[in-house]
Amino acid sequence: MIERSHHDMGGLPAGKVERNGIDETHDYSLWERRVDAMAVLLQGIKPGTRRLVTVDERRRAIEMLPPQAYDAMSYYERWVISLAETLIQRGILTSEELARKMVEVEGRARR
Amino acid sequence: MLAAKYKVGEKVKVLKAYPLGHIRTPYYIRGCVGEIERVCGAFPNPEELAQMRSGLPPLPLYRVRFRQKDVWPDYSGNGADVVEVEIFEHWLDRV
Repeated sequence: MIERSHHDMGGLPAGKVERNGIDETHDYSLWERRVDAMAVLLQGIKPGTRRLVTVDERRRAIEMLPPQAYDAMSYYERWVISLAETLIQRGILTSEELARKMVEVEGRARR
Repeated sequence: MLAAKYKVGEKVKVLKAYPLGHIRTPYYIRGCVGEIERVCGAFPNPEELAQMRSGLPPLPLYRVRFRQKDVWPDYSGNGADVVEVEIFEHWLDRV
Protein backbone atom coordinates (compact mmCIF):
# COMPACT_ATOMS: atom_id res chain seq x y z
CA MET A 1 0.00 0.00 0.00
CA ILE A 2 1.38 3.40 -0.97
CA GLU A 3 0.78 5.84 1.89
CA ARG A 4 2.22 8.99 0.35
CA SER A 5 1.20 9.89 -3.20
CA HIS A 6 4.05 11.17 -5.34
CA HIS A 7 2.64 14.71 -5.64
CA ASP A 8 2.13 15.01 -1.87
CA MET A 9 5.74 16.01 -1.17
CA GLY A 10 5.32 18.61 1.58
CA GLY A 11 8.12 18.24 4.14
CA LEU A 12 10.42 16.07 2.01
CA PRO A 13 14.03 17.24 1.61
CA ALA A 14 14.25 19.36 -1.52
CA GLY A 15 17.57 21.17 -1.41
CA LYS A 16 18.14 24.87 -1.64
CA VAL A 17 15.73 27.17 -3.49
CA GLU A 18 17.78 28.91 -6.17
CA ARG A 19 16.70 32.44 -6.99
CA ASN A 20 18.03 34.18 -10.04
CA GLY A 21 17.27 37.67 -8.83
CA ILE A 22 14.50 39.40 -6.94
CA ASP A 23 13.20 41.46 -9.86
CA GLU A 24 13.14 38.60 -12.31
CA THR A 25 9.63 37.51 -13.27
CA HIS A 26 8.82 34.32 -15.09
CA ASP A 27 7.99 35.05 -18.68
CA TYR A 28 5.17 32.78 -19.81
CA SER A 29 5.15 31.59 -23.40
CA LEU A 30 2.07 32.02 -25.59
CA TRP A 31 0.98 28.38 -25.26
CA GLU A 32 1.16 28.60 -21.47
CA ARG A 33 -1.04 31.70 -21.49
CA ARG A 34 -3.49 29.90 -23.77
CA VAL A 35 -3.66 26.89 -21.46
CA ASP A 36 -4.32 29.18 -18.51
CA ALA A 37 -7.07 31.03 -20.37
CA MET A 38 -8.67 27.76 -21.46
CA ALA A 39 -8.69 26.50 -17.85
CA VAL A 40 -10.33 29.73 -16.63
CA LEU A 41 -13.04 29.46 -19.30
CA LEU A 42 -13.69 25.72 -18.80
CA GLN A 43 -13.88 26.09 -15.02
CA GLY A 44 -16.51 28.80 -15.38
CA ILE A 45 -14.50 31.29 -13.32
CA LYS A 46 -15.30 34.15 -15.70
CA PRO A 47 -18.82 35.50 -15.08
CA GLY A 48 -21.27 34.25 -17.68
CA THR A 49 -19.30 31.11 -18.52
CA ARG A 50 -20.52 27.60 -17.74
CA ARG A 51 -18.46 25.29 -15.54
CA LEU A 52 -17.53 22.28 -17.67
CA VAL A 53 -14.72 20.96 -15.48
CA THR A 54 -13.73 21.41 -11.83
CA VAL A 55 -10.29 22.17 -10.47
CA ASP A 56 -10.63 19.02 -8.33
CA GLU A 57 -11.07 16.78 -11.39
CA ARG A 58 -8.00 18.40 -12.91
CA ARG A 59 -6.00 17.97 -9.73
CA ARG A 60 -7.01 14.31 -9.63
CA ALA A 61 -5.77 13.83 -13.21
CA ILE A 62 -2.43 15.47 -12.30
CA GLU A 63 -2.10 13.32 -9.19
CA MET A 64 -2.69 10.18 -11.27
CA LEU A 65 0.35 10.89 -13.48
CA PRO A 66 3.13 8.32 -13.10
CA PRO A 67 5.90 9.82 -10.88
CA GLN A 68 8.44 9.99 -13.71
CA ALA A 69 5.94 11.85 -15.95
CA TYR A 70 4.96 14.17 -13.10
CA ASP A 71 8.60 15.12 -12.54
CA ALA A 72 9.46 15.47 -16.22
CA MET A 73 6.54 17.76 -17.11
CA SER A 74 6.50 21.49 -16.61
CA TYR A 75 3.70 23.19 -14.69
CA TYR A 76 1.59 24.03 -17.73
CA GLU A 77 2.30 20.68 -19.36
CA ARG A 78 0.61 19.10 -16.35
CA TRP A 79 -2.23 21.59 -16.70
CA VAL A 80 -2.88 20.82 -20.36
CA ILE A 81 -2.74 17.07 -19.73
CA SER A 82 -5.25 17.43 -16.89
CA LEU A 83 -7.60 19.52 -19.05
CA ALA A 84 -7.51 16.97 -21.89
CA GLU A 85 -7.98 14.02 -19.53
CA THR A 86 -10.96 15.67 -17.82
CA LEU A 87 -12.61 16.73 -21.08
CA ILE A 88 -12.37 13.15 -22.35
CA GLN A 89 -13.82 11.77 -19.11
CA ARG A 90 -16.62 14.31 -19.27
CA GLY A 91 -17.43 13.33 -22.84
CA ILE A 92 -16.76 16.82 -24.18
CA LEU A 93 -13.88 15.53 -26.33
CA THR A 94 -13.22 12.03 -27.56
CA SER A 95 -9.76 10.50 -27.69
CA GLU A 96 -10.23 10.16 -31.44
CA GLU A 97 -10.96 13.87 -31.89
CA LEU A 98 -7.91 14.71 -29.86
CA ALA A 99 -5.77 12.24 -31.83
CA ARG A 100 -6.90 13.67 -35.20
CA LYS A 101 -6.27 17.23 -34.03
CA MET A 102 -2.83 16.39 -32.69
CA VAL A 103 -1.85 14.83 -36.02
CA GLU A 104 -3.21 17.88 -37.88
CA VAL A 105 -1.33 20.35 -35.67
CA GLU A 106 1.86 18.33 -35.88
CA GLY A 107 1.56 18.36 -39.68
CA ARG A 108 1.03 22.12 -39.63
CA ALA A 109 4.21 22.59 -37.59
CA ARG A 110 6.26 20.42 -39.95
CA ARG A 111 5.37 22.39 -43.08
CA MET B 1 -24.93 23.27 4.64
CA LEU B 2 -23.96 21.42 7.81
CA ALA B 3 -23.38 23.34 11.04
CA ALA B 4 -19.72 23.40 12.10
CA LYS B 5 -19.03 20.73 14.73
CA TYR B 6 -15.89 22.36 16.20
CA LYS B 7 -15.36 25.76 17.78
CA VAL B 8 -12.33 28.05 17.68
CA GLY B 9 -9.73 26.87 20.21
CA GLU B 10 -10.94 23.25 20.32
CA LYS B 11 -8.28 20.55 20.06
CA VAL B 12 -8.63 18.16 17.14
CA LYS B 13 -6.69 15.22 15.75
CA VAL B 14 -6.28 14.72 12.01
CA LEU B 15 -7.32 11.29 10.78
CA LYS B 16 -4.22 9.14 10.20
CA ALA B 17 -5.38 7.32 7.11
CA TYR B 18 -4.21 6.90 3.55
CA PRO B 19 -7.25 6.30 1.33
CA LEU B 20 -7.20 6.48 -2.45
CA GLY B 21 -8.65 9.34 -4.47
CA HIS B 22 -8.06 13.07 -4.54
CA ILE B 23 -7.28 14.07 -0.95
CA ARG B 24 -6.75 17.64 0.17
CA THR B 25 -5.36 16.74 3.60
CA PRO B 26 -1.56 16.74 3.22
CA TYR B 27 0.32 13.57 4.12
CA TYR B 28 2.58 15.27 6.64
CA ILE B 29 -0.27 16.52 8.83
CA ARG B 30 -2.22 13.26 9.15
CA GLY B 31 -2.28 11.98 12.72
CA CYS B 32 -1.22 15.36 14.18
CA VAL B 33 -3.06 17.21 16.97
CA GLY B 34 -3.80 20.91 16.61
CA GLU B 35 -6.41 23.47 17.50
CA ILE B 36 -9.12 25.16 15.49
CA GLU B 37 -7.89 28.61 14.45
CA ARG B 38 -11.04 29.56 12.54
CA VAL B 39 -14.04 28.19 10.75
CA CYS B 40 -13.52 29.09 7.09
CA GLY B 41 -17.07 28.34 5.95
CA ALA B 42 -18.53 25.36 4.13
CA PHE B 43 -17.54 24.10 0.69
CA PRO B 44 -18.44 21.19 -1.58
CA ASN B 45 -16.35 18.12 -0.78
CA PRO B 46 -13.34 18.15 -3.17
CA GLU B 47 -12.99 14.36 -2.86
CA GLU B 48 -16.44 14.07 -4.46
CA LEU B 49 -15.98 16.93 -6.94
CA ALA B 50 -12.85 15.19 -8.22
CA GLN B 51 -15.02 12.18 -9.14
CA MET B 52 -17.52 14.36 -11.05
CA ARG B 53 -20.14 14.33 -8.34
CA SER B 54 -21.68 17.38 -6.70
CA GLY B 55 -19.83 17.25 -3.39
CA LEU B 56 -23.02 18.46 -1.70
CA PRO B 57 -23.97 19.22 1.02
CA PRO B 58 -21.07 21.62 1.60
CA LEU B 59 -18.76 20.52 4.41
CA PRO B 60 -17.34 22.79 7.11
CA LEU B 61 -13.71 23.71 6.43
CA TYR B 62 -11.40 24.77 9.26
CA ARG B 63 -8.03 26.40 9.53
CA VAL B 64 -6.20 24.28 12.06
CA ARG B 65 -3.07 25.47 13.88
CA PHE B 66 -0.31 23.00 14.74
CA ARG B 67 2.94 23.56 16.61
CA GLN B 68 5.85 22.93 14.26
CA LYS B 69 7.58 20.81 16.89
CA ASP B 70 4.50 18.58 17.04
CA VAL B 71 4.57 18.10 13.27
CA TRP B 72 8.29 17.54 12.70
CA PRO B 73 10.06 15.36 15.31
CA ASP B 74 13.43 16.96 14.51
CA TYR B 75 12.20 20.58 14.39
CA SER B 76 14.96 22.85 15.68
CA GLY B 77 13.30 26.26 15.23
CA ASN B 78 11.46 28.40 17.75
CA GLY B 79 9.15 26.30 19.94
CA ALA B 80 6.35 28.81 19.37
CA ASP B 81 6.41 28.37 15.56
CA VAL B 82 3.18 27.12 14.06
CA VAL B 83 1.89 25.79 10.75
CA GLU B 84 -1.73 26.30 9.73
CA VAL B 85 -3.52 23.92 7.40
CA GLU B 86 -7.04 24.10 6.01
CA ILE B 87 -8.79 20.80 6.66
CA PHE B 88 -12.34 19.59 6.03
CA GLU B 89 -14.40 18.44 8.98
CA HIS B 90 -14.56 14.76 8.04
CA TRP B 91 -10.78 14.53 8.46
CA LEU B 92 -10.92 15.72 12.08
CA ASP B 93 -11.74 14.00 15.37
CA ARG B 94 -12.20 15.56 18.79
CA VAL B 95 -9.27 14.96 21.16
